[in-house]
Amino acid sequence: MSYLSGDNMTGGYGGADILHGCNISVDLGEIAVIVGPNGAGKSTAMKAIFGMLDLREGSVTLNGEEITGLSPQDRVAKGMSFVPQTNNVFTTMTVEENLEMGAFIRTDDISATMEQVYELFPILKDKRNQPAGELSGGQRQQVAVGRALMTQPKLLMLDEPTAGVSPIVMDELFDRIIEVAKAGIAILMVEQNARQALNIADKGYVLVQGRNGYTDTGEALLANPEVRKAFLGG
Amino acid sequence: MVDFLNAFALLSNFVIVPAMTYGSQLALGALGVTLVYGILRFSNFAHGDTMAFGTMVTIFATWGLQSAGVSIHPLPTALLALPVGIAATVALCLVIDRSVYKFYRKSRSVPVVFLIASVGVMFVLNGVVRFIIGPGDQRFADGERFIIKAKAFKKLTGLNEGIAFKTSQGLTIVTAIIVVAALFWFLNRTRSGKSMRAYSDNEDLARLSGINPERVVMITWTLAAVLATIAGVLYGLDKSFKPFTYFQLLLPIFASAIVGGLGNPLGAIAGGFVIAFSEVVVAYAYKKFLTYLVPEQWAPDSLVQLLSTDYKFAVSFVILVLVLLIRPTGIFKGKGA
Amino acid sequence: MNSSTRTIALFTAMAAALVAVGVFQSWPLALAILNLCLISAIMSLGVNIQWGYAGLFNVGVMGFTALGGLAGVLISVPPVTEALQAGGFGIFIALVLISLTIAGAILIYKRLPAGKARNFSMIGVIVIGYFLTRYFFFPAVDAIEAVDSARTGYLGGLGLPIIFSWVVGGVFAAAVAWVVGKIALGLRSDYLAIATLGISEIIIAVLKNEDWMTRGVKNVSGLPRPVPYEIDLQQTLWFQDWASYLGMSPVDFSSVFVKLCYAGLFTVVLLILLWFSERALHSPWGRMMRAIRDNELSSAAMGKNIKGRHLQVFVLGSAVIGIAGAMLTTLDGQFTPASYQPLRFTFIVWVMVIVGGSGNNLGAILGGFLIWFVWVEAEPFGLWLMDVLSSGMAEDSDLRKHLLNSAAHMRLMTMGLILLLVLRFSPRGLIPEK
Repeated sequence: MSYLSGDNMTGGYGGADILHGCNISVDLGEIAVIVGPNGAGKSTAMKAIFGMLDLREGSVTLNGEEITGLSPQDRVAKGMSFVPQTNNVFTTMTVEENLEMGAFIRTDDISATMEQVYELFPILKDKRNQPAGELSGGQRQQVAVGRALMTQPKLLMLDEPTAGVSPIVMDELFDRIIEVAKAGIAILMVEQNARQALNIADKGYVLVQGRNGYTDTGEALLANPEVRKAFLGG
Repeated sequence: MVDFLNAFALLSNFVIVPAMTYGSQLALGALGVTLVYGILRFSNFAHGDTMAFGTMVTIFATWGLQSAGVSIHPLPTALLALPVGIAATVALCLVIDRSVYKFYRKSRSVPVVFLIASVGVMFVLNGVVRFIIGPGDQRFADGERFIIKAKAFKKLTGLNEGIAFKTSQGLTIVTAIIVVAALFWFLNRTRSGKSMRAYSDNEDLARLSGINPERVVMITWTLAAVLATIAGVLYGLDKSFKPFTYFQLLLPIFASAIVGGLGNPLGAIAGGFVIAFSEVVVAYAYKKFLTYLVPEQWAPDSLVQLLSTDYKFAVSFVILVLVLLIRPTGIFKGKGA
Repeated sequence: MNSSTRTIALFTAMAAALVAVGVFQSWPLALAILNLCLISAIMSLGVNIQWGYAGLFNVGVMGFTALGGLAGVLISVPPVTEALQAGGFGIFIALVLISLTIAGAILIYKRLPAGKARNFSMIGVIVIGYFLTRYFFFPAVDAIEAVDSARTGYLGGLGLPIIFSWVVGGVFAAAVAWVVGKIALGLRSDYLAIATLGISEIIIAVLKNEDWMTRGVKNVSGLPRPVPYEIDLQQTLWFQDWASYLGMSPVDFSSVFVKLCYAGLFTVVLLILLWFSERALHSPWGRMMRAIRDNELSSAAMGKNIKGRHLQVFVLGSAVIGIAGAMLTTLDGQFTPASYQPLRFTFIVWVMVIVGGSGNNLGAILGGFLIWFVWVEAEPFGLWLMDVLSSGMAEDSDLRKHLLNSAAHMRLMTMGLILLLVLRFSPRGLIPEK
């Protein structure tokens, strides 16, 4: 049993189902990447796991505990953390305040965690008194990830963290994500840049029309000729 | 030189001091509107009547204290009664939120529905206030009327023109500074304040971070009620209390909030002073002022008043229109447009 | 009950209520209420065009109503020749200058590139225009207001039949609505609300203070009527015969007759406007309006010019309100700027629309009737209620006196509560949109 697993997830946003019996799982210290064509339900699968849409069938378990019925807020308290694709920072607040807000549910001392985030993203320490809205796209993503790490999650979920950033920034961000995983945190991410993401993935899910198309290690998926042909552009 | 000082004294007496006072009152009112807008995303039409309600309760408490012989001379008794008014208004706002707005929040209604609901609340409050205290003028300022009397100023300086500084004016400005400082301390330094700003900035992310929206909303109404009551009482001390006047204050208050950028507290303060100074400057008759400054033969015959006092609130409207045309988000970027 | 029997039942009940007033109180009173019900229905129709069709929140109903009233004065009152000679030319020049100033400023804004040059030349034009206008305006105003100020002291009007003012009032309101709409539409809905609130306050301020035009708070009374005068009727033979045939005194019957004449005229206008509104609502234009209202984003994505459509609908709705305003002044026979109160003229109309059923023209009309009826009848009811509530108290008790005196303010509370309750529990109103 994996640390997190979404089993047979079926549902949508009220209308027709988008997910059809989709399975996703990830373990501590592992990076799982969901890729697939547009409209395959990648983000929807992520949202289902985080409780942002109601499942008609299937279940989500975290550390063996059934959490299917919990609200996103309650899931945060259980050790999950989510970085949305857009609007993922408080633009009018400083970097430091963003991190503080990330730790809002914590009542203990957060300074050590904040120091860890600054170690992971040194640039943020320099800019900590600057409004997040004034930062570059890559720096904003760092703030977003930093904010999500402030709850000391066991599972970090990222929705297309590299959307709209330059290739150099993307590599750097992936490096940081690997570091986070090495610290023993489970990482689940949806990626548009499939090839690069699978490169760092321990586990890859190719979703097709709300179903699991291919599931394997990142390496194996990259080597799979069918996957290459259909989804990675040869 | 003496003429110049006289002219300056004249201007201070009739323009600068009154505008500072009025600006402080508007700023406090606009802060309430802008906070509610930032968190609940609608312009609260009931704000003027909330001010009237808070002032009314304060007036009753003042009368009670006066008849009990309690006094803090030279300061007005109303200051002592203020906490009663604030407490009542906070309770009122929270009850209204529970019974009216919460439903629309839960059903995720569009802002205009909130707007209409606030019109309904305005109606009810308007009726309540008129029903209890009546539609007429109430004066409740007591204590020392002046900090500096015009005569004393003239004697002191030997100028022709005096500056009279009313207690209510001094009180307004000092209170406004204290209140604004406290508010900004709250918003920028406390966890609750920061969670309010976070919610205003990005509602979804605030929820993801575990910020409880209902708590933020409660804090917002509490602050709005405190600000409304203080603004209302200061205005009432300075001028007088009349329910309809408080309803009419809505326009300059909204204009202040929009000019500064809806949802932006700093903007609300700046907007309040912009509106207040424009109103007073435009409606002041400069005849005497110019007489001091220009050679005798150039002295104007007419009042040299740019706009009759009857139109002074047209000023807030014109400024509002200019802002909407040129920069709908306001001076400090708000959440408009 | 299906929707059309429900509509018929509700209107029948409304008619029954009016008849009941006639039977139990008096017929002139019932007809007076009916006439204002008809005008209210037209106002509510106008607001419904804006809110129900397009979701626009207009908080300036009072201003547009007052513009209609102004038209009543400017059209019907005979010109004051002496005043025209004294200051008519000056006012004319001033009006031309102010138009030129505004046109010039707009022209500069449109033609010159953004920057300091544009800003300064605009300010220059406005300042020069302002002082030039003043130079002609104030002497003319003084001259006009000096002319027999107890009786006239203003320019008067065109001396045409007052019924023309109904159209002109609509045009006035439409013109102002166009300007306001140009500025405030396309921004957040709050801004239109606040802008209309502002413009209506300004319109009232102008009407109260520009004595040369409206006599200000001195009021213009004795506007000519489109219907016969009671006193004339009472003296005609055939009328006396009718009265005795019906068993009424000529005085009572003349009052009823005049009110019926008004009611007839108003009903015709209401029906015409209703017909147009219904046609518009069910035309492709109306369907598009509702599509925009229900989903602005996707309509914008389909390339619809939302701001332009909103401007159309805002202007049309305001024109209808202006027509109602002119009719109201016609009915009153006088123009009293101080009587325009936002609570009475703006917010109560909103209650009418919400209660009646936003988006449904018949609903808006029913709302106009019902809410006006409640508004009028709430006062005696409130007094009665206060009397009952305080009946245990001593006759000279202060609280009792206070309660009786304050009964009138109960109406505001009642209206507010009705609005809140309907919005919450029956947001689609009495006759919902189909």
